[in-house]
Amino acid sequence: MSATLTTALWDLGRGAGVAALVAFTISLVLGIVTRSGRDALGLGRFGLNEVHRTAALTGVGLVAVHLGTLLFDPYAQLRLVDLVFPFLGSYRPLWLGLGTLAVDLLGVITVVSLLRDKVGPRVFKAVHWATYALWPVALMHAIGTGTDAATLWLDGVALGCVAAVAAAVTWRLSPSFDTRGWTRTPRQVAR
Amino acid sequence: MTTRLHVDWTRCDGHGSCAELLPELLGSDEWGFPLSRTGEPEPRVPRQLDDLARRAVSACPLQALRLRESA
Repeated sequence: MSATLTTALWDLGRGAGVAALVAFTISLVLGIVTRSGRDALGLGRFGLNEVHRTAALTGVGLVAVHLGTLLFDPYAQLRLVDLVFPFLGSYRPLWLGLGTLAVDLLGVITVVSLLRDKVGPRVFKAVHWATYALWPVALMHAIGTGTDAATLWLDGVALGCVAAVAAAVTWRLSPSFDTRGWTRTPRQVAR
Repeated sequence: MTTRLHVDWTRCDGHGSCAELLPELLGSDEWGFPLSRTGEPEPRVPRQLDDLARRAVSACPLQALRLRESA
């Protein structure tokens, strides 16, 4: 393999990984906004949901590029088994294994989400909760495995993603999240 | 063959996506829950709105909207 091609695979693989993290961050934040039932950004509630889904599927595509390029990359030394079974890799096995774990979670979440009409809302929702596990695992993989971990640009991207998700999750957990700005009148028990 | 919109009220939580996508047949009450605009409890979907109705069904975040076919 020529040196140029090798460098290209390596750069494309890392870049696709970072771009996937950004796509999943956008998807997670918009998923929370969708769940809130509020309109935002002038997209309409259905529009937010579609951007949420598109961002997630874009992330899936970028992860496919990330795996495909790094599988053939001589630096990463991935074997096929490393794409499915975590923590067996030769290069930083813990951090690489977190990436494999994230791929496994992503596969299940993606398949179940695409089959939403078949599995029904309960299974869909239960599996969708796993995205809250997927995102931090993917983030740790990006920071820990990353050749670029100490660089300002990667730290900047990671910090931006953490800030966005932290803000969205904080809002999600706040008491006003579910009320959509309504006030409910408690029902009086008639005697 | 008639197609009608059916709302599963045990699932609906008033997100309002359906009314955004199908304003010809559905309005919203002040809490976002869909209201039929046609006077029928389950509005009939005219052929030209068929695609939009299917889109509204797939856009419901709680899978509460369905199409019902009847003879």
